[in-house]
Amino acid sequence: MDDSGDRFPIGMRVLAVDDDPTCLLVLETLLRRCQYHVTTTSQARTALTMLRENKDKFDLVISDVHMPDMDGFKLLELVGLEMDLPVIMLSAYGDTKLVMKGISHGACDYLLKPVRLEELKNIWQHVIRKKKSDPKEKNKTSKLDKTTSESGSGLRSAGAENSDENGKLTKKRKDQDEDEDEDKENGNDNEDPSAQKKPRVVWSVELHRKFVAAVNQLGIEKAVPKKILDMMNVENITRENVASHLQKYRLYLKRISCVANQQASMVAALGSADQSYLRMGGSGHFHNNAFRSFSPNGIISNLNTPTGLNGHGFSPSGLLQLGQSQSFNNSSNDQLKFQPTITPVNQNILQGMPMSIGFDHLQNNSSKGVFPVQNLNTDVKPTFPIPNRFPDQIPKVTTSSSHPPSLGISNNGLMLETHTEGKHGGIGIGYGSSSSSVSSRHSDFSFSMLDQGRHSDNWSSVVPLSGIQTNSFPSSDCFRQTAIPPSDNMASLPLQAGYPGGSLADVHSQGSVFTNSPEYINGNLPFQGWEDRNQDATYHSNITYGSINSLAPVNGAVVPRGQTTSNSTLHRNLDTKFCDPRQMKHAGFADLTECSSSRQPRVNIVSQQKFSNNLGSLEYLASSMMEQEQDKMKLLGGDFICDSYSGGVSL
Amino acid sequence: MDRNNSRRQLAAMKQSLFDQGHLDEQFIQLEELQDDANPNFVEEIVTLYYRDSSRLISSLEQTLHFCACGRERNPLDFNKLDTIMHQFKGSSSSIGAKKVKAESTLIREYCRTGNAEGCRKSFQQMKKEYVALRKRLENYFQLVRQAGPMERACRPK
Repeated sequence: MDDSGDRFPIGMRVLAVDDDPTCLLVLETLLRRCQYHVTTTSQARTALTMLRENKDKFDLVISDVHMPDMDGFKLLELVGLEMDLPVIMLSAYGDTKLVMKGISHGACDYLLKPVRLEELKNIWQHVIRKKKSDPKEKNKTSKLDKTTSESGSGLRSAGAENSDENGKLTKKRKDQDEDEDEDKENGNDNEDPSAQKKPRVVWSVELHRKFVAAVNQLGIEKAVPKKILDMMNVENITRENVASHLQKYRLYLKRISCVANQQASMVAALGSADQSYLRMGGSGHFHNNAFRSFSPNGIISNLNTPTGLNGHGFSPSGLLQLGQSQSFNNSSNDQLKFQPTITPVNQNILQGMPMSIGFDHLQNNSSKGVFPVQNLNTDVKPTFPIPNRFPDQIPKVTTSSSHPPSLGISNNGLMLETHTEGKHGGIGIGYGSSSSSVSSRHSDFSFSMLDQGRHSDNWSSVVPLSGIQTNSFPSSDCFRQTAIPPSDNMASLPLQAGYPGGSLADVHSQGSVFTNSPEYINGNLPFQGWEDRNQDATYHSNITYGSINSLAPVNGAVVPRGQTTSNSTLHRNLDTKFCDPRQMKHAGFADLTECSSSRQPRVNIVSQQKFSNNLGSLEYLASSMMEQEQDKMKLLGGDFICDSYSGGVSL
Repeated sequence: MDRNNSRRQLAAMKQSLFDQGHLDEQFIQLEELQDDANPNFVEEIVTLYYRDSSRLISSLEQTLHFCACGRERNPLDFNKLDTIMHQFKGSSSSIGAKKVKAESTLIREYCRTGNAEGCRKSFQQMKKEYVALRKRLENYFQLVRQAGPMERACRPK
C-alpha cells in the first residue's frame, strides 16, 4: 500500500505499547482492522529502543499510561523529544488530571480503554497534523543527526532528502516502500524527516549541551532563541530550530518540576537516548548539554537536589528530587516516593550526585518508598533531565521516567534538578541510562546537568551533583569510570551514602550520598570538588545517571550498602567515567555503605549493574540515599560526593 | 437440529449475559473483529484475559490480605492496590466484562478514600463476579465450537 499519500491512513505504521497483554492484543487487532501496520511491545523500553533504532520506522505511537517499567508519560516525553512522533495515550482512567497530564507532556490524544474502532480510525490525523506543523525542524541539517542520532536518522537527515537514502534507512522498517512513499507524499509522515523533505535537526548530545549551556548562561528567562543560537555558534541550525527546542526544553523543565512521577519513565528513556534528552527543551538549564548524553545511562541530571535523590532511590520519576530541594522533593516524591525523606538533602545532596543513585535504588526502592529507583527498575533509567536549577526552575530532577529528556535518562527520568540556583549547571543528571543503554552509556552522562559549579550556592557543597553538572560533560567521557576500581571506589560510595533508606544509599554512594542531610552536603561534600569537577565535566556528563535504575551508581557506587564492593562492580559496568575523585570518596563511602547496608537493601541498585551507563545512579543514589537516611548521607555525601564521584558518579 | 439448537442456545446464552449486565458493548466489538482470518479471536482474547488477570487477582489478594490480618502489618498499600486495579480495570474493560469493571472502579474509589474495608469487600464481590463470568464464558465458547463457525457477532436485542 502506501503507494502514495492517497492511501495514507492505510499502512500507517503504528507502534503500540501496553503491558497488559489482553489490551495489547485487542488494540493490535483493532489497528489491523483499520489497515494500519502494527508493531506491538509490552515494554516501554523496548519501544524506545525500537524507536531510537529508526525514527522513521513509525508514524505514530500509542502507549498505555500505566506501565511497570516506565511511566507512560515519561515515554511520551521522550518520544516527543527525541523523535518527535505523535503519541497517543491510552488509559483505563480518564480523569481530567490524567488527561491534562498527558497533554502537558505532549500527547496528541488521550483515549480511554476500551478503545473503540471508530476512535482508532481517526488517529492518523495526528500524524498529518504533526507533520504539517513541523516543517522548520526538518530543514536543519541532518548533520547533527548523524553524529548523534541513530545511524538511521543521521543518514537520513544528512543526505536524506532522497528517498533513496531513506530507502536505505527505511530498509529497516517494515514498510519500506511505505515509508518512502509516504515520505515523499507526506513529507514524512513521521516526524522524522525521513530525509525526504526536511532534514530534521537532530539535537545531539553535544548540541543539546551547547544549547543548555547557552540557556543557562543567558538565564532561563532571558534565553531567547536568537541569543541562544548565537551563543551556540553552531552551523546548520536556525533560530526556529532553537526556538522549538527551547520550547520543548521549557516544557520539560516545567514538567520536571511539577511532575515528579515521571521518573520512572525517564529511566527507561535514558538508557538509549542520549539525544532524547536533548529534546528536552525545557528551560531547565540543563546546562549540561550533557543531558543528551544522558540518555544512555540514566543521566543523572544534576542531582543537585541532593536530597531528592538520595532518599529514595529516586524512584524513577521522582528522582529528580535532587537539587530542587524544594520542589524536588515534592515532586519527586510522587514518583520516587522517596522524596519525602530526601528533602532535606535535596538541596545539596543531589548536587553532586551523579544520579546514579537514583536508579539503582529506584529500582529497589520498594522498600523505602524510594521509589524512584524502583521505577527505574525495568531498566528504565530515570532520565533526569535535571534541569539546572535555576533559581526558579529547578526542574526537579525527577528522574521519574517522565522525563522525556531524551537524556536517555532512562528510567526514571531522574531529573535531578540541581538546585544550584545560580548555577544552572545543575541538572546534569544523566538520566539517561535508559534501561538498556544505561550500562553502556555511561559515558553519556551528559550530566551537563547541573553545573556543578553552580552548586556552590545551593548546595554549598553539595556534592555530588556538582560534579555532575559536568557542564562540559562530554557526555561520555565523564564517566570513564572504568578507571575506577569498580568495586571499591565507587561502589562503596554511592550506596553508602548513608542511605538512610538504604536503598538509595546505593545511589548515593555514588556520589550523591548527599541526600541525607543536606547539611552534610554542604559541609562535607567533598564534592565541592564537584564544582571543580564540573570542570572536569567529563564525568559530569556522563553521569547520566538516569539510568540509575538499576544502575547503581555507575560505578558501582551505587552499590548498596553492604554490597558496595560487589556492587561497585556492577556499577562499573556503567563505564561511568566518573571522575576519579569519586573513587576517593569511595573509600569514604565504603563506610557509609556499610551503614547503609543495614538500612536498606538498596542493593538492588547497585547490583543493577545496569548502571554502567547510568551514572545517574549515583545521583540517584544520592537522592535515594538522602532519603533513606539523611543522616547517613551526611557521611557519605560529604565525602562521597565530591570526590568519589568523579569516578563513580552516576555511573 | 443440533446445530440450530446449539445456535439458538448460544444466542440465548449470550443474550442473557448481556441482559444481566455481565457483558457490554465491547464484547460485541470483539466479536466483530473476529473473522475468517481470526476465527477464534474472542475466545483467544478471553482466555488471554483470564490467564493474565489471574496473577493480578492473586497479587490483589496478597495486598489485601496483608492488611486484613496483620496488625503489625503495614496499612493497606493503597497505592499498590490502585496500580493493580488500574490494570485490572483496563483489561476487564477490553473484553467487555461489565460487572467486573464496575467493581474495579469501586475499588479504586475506596483506594482513593483510603477505605480498606470497602476495598476488601468490593474485592470479594468482584472476584465472585470474575469467577462466575469465567464459567459462563467457558460454557459459551464451548457452545460456540459446537455450533460451528457460523456463529457470528450479532447484537443482543
